[in-house]
Amino acid sequence: MEVGQMQGRLVDYTKSLFMEGFLDGQFLQLQQLQDESNPDFVVEVVSLFFDDSEKLLNDLTMALDQPNVDFKKVDAHVHQLKGSSSSIGAQRVKNGCIAFRNFCEEQNIEACLRCLQQVKQEYYLVKNKLEALFRLEQQIVAAGGSIPMMEMGF
Amino acid sequence: MDGGGGCSKDMTVEFGDEPHVLAVDDNLTDRKLVEKLLKSSSCRVTTAENGLRALEYLGLANDQRNAMDGTVSKVNLIITDYCMPGMTGFELLKKIKESVLKEVPVVIMSSEYSPTRISQCLKEGAQMFMLKPLKQSDVKQLKRHLMKCSS
Repeated sequence: MEVGQMQGRLVDYTKSLFMEGFLDGQFLQLQQLQDESNPDFVVEVVSLFFDDSEKLLNDLTMALDQPNVDFKKVDAHVHQLKGSSSSIGAQRVKNGCIAFRNFCEEQNIEACLRCLQQVKQEYYLVKNKLEALFRLEQQIVAAGGSIPMMEMGF
Repeated sequence: MDGGGGCSKDMTVEFGDEPHVLAVDDNLTDRKLVEKLLKSSSCRVTTAENGLRALEYLGLANDQRNAMDGTVSKVNLIITDYCMPGMTGFELLKKIKESVLKEVPVVIMSSEYSPTRISQCLKEGAQMFMLKPLKQSDVKQLKRHLMKCSS
């Protein structure tokens, strides 16, 4: 596949991620911050998000598995996850966290467990999508092309 | 603000073209983002992961003597998250405003839009309140605002 075709695929794929709500405008902010002085910025910050999130999801699983659930602690973890997902534009994860926090406030253990499942699902989905995106970018760069800038015209 | 009188023990703060900013946030992803946003606006950035580290960096921690070099603050701006474990951004703001570094502008960031929280921070001397997630336009606006205030 030649570079132009790959770039077209990347643009279409990125667009679909926005259309399907996996990513929001904040992700574009990250892309706009990337420049020659920091050409891997997006991958770096998203990688931090992945590491951070996996730890938080583990902590949440453990916290909800306790005989006496500490909802304050659970809420603190969800707050962190909501913050970082919001900062990188992982919209569905963020929205999942918002719902989750409401149930923490209600101290509704069943609902919290459901939310955790939901958030985990959304996280792994967006992780896969972003990794696929980065692979596409790598292929373009390896073939000597440049990454097209996303226009929010759709 | 003007250069300050000769008798004042407070630090003078100049907001030039390349201000040195101390960014405080317990969230690693957010720290990386705010650092990049500030650097893209020609700021020099030092980050701290909590209020205590921030105070230590500023030389304001309880066990530090007033080991200030000269009379010019080493940072021109402090930007801090509100929700942090241990010391909140609000508590950090108060400590700074009670110290020799009270002239250093402090900006509070938060993911929650709470009018009570906002007015509480502004009343305590915060220069600005910024809603997360931060964008480039927020940082540009912040810089413009602070450069105007310091001239």
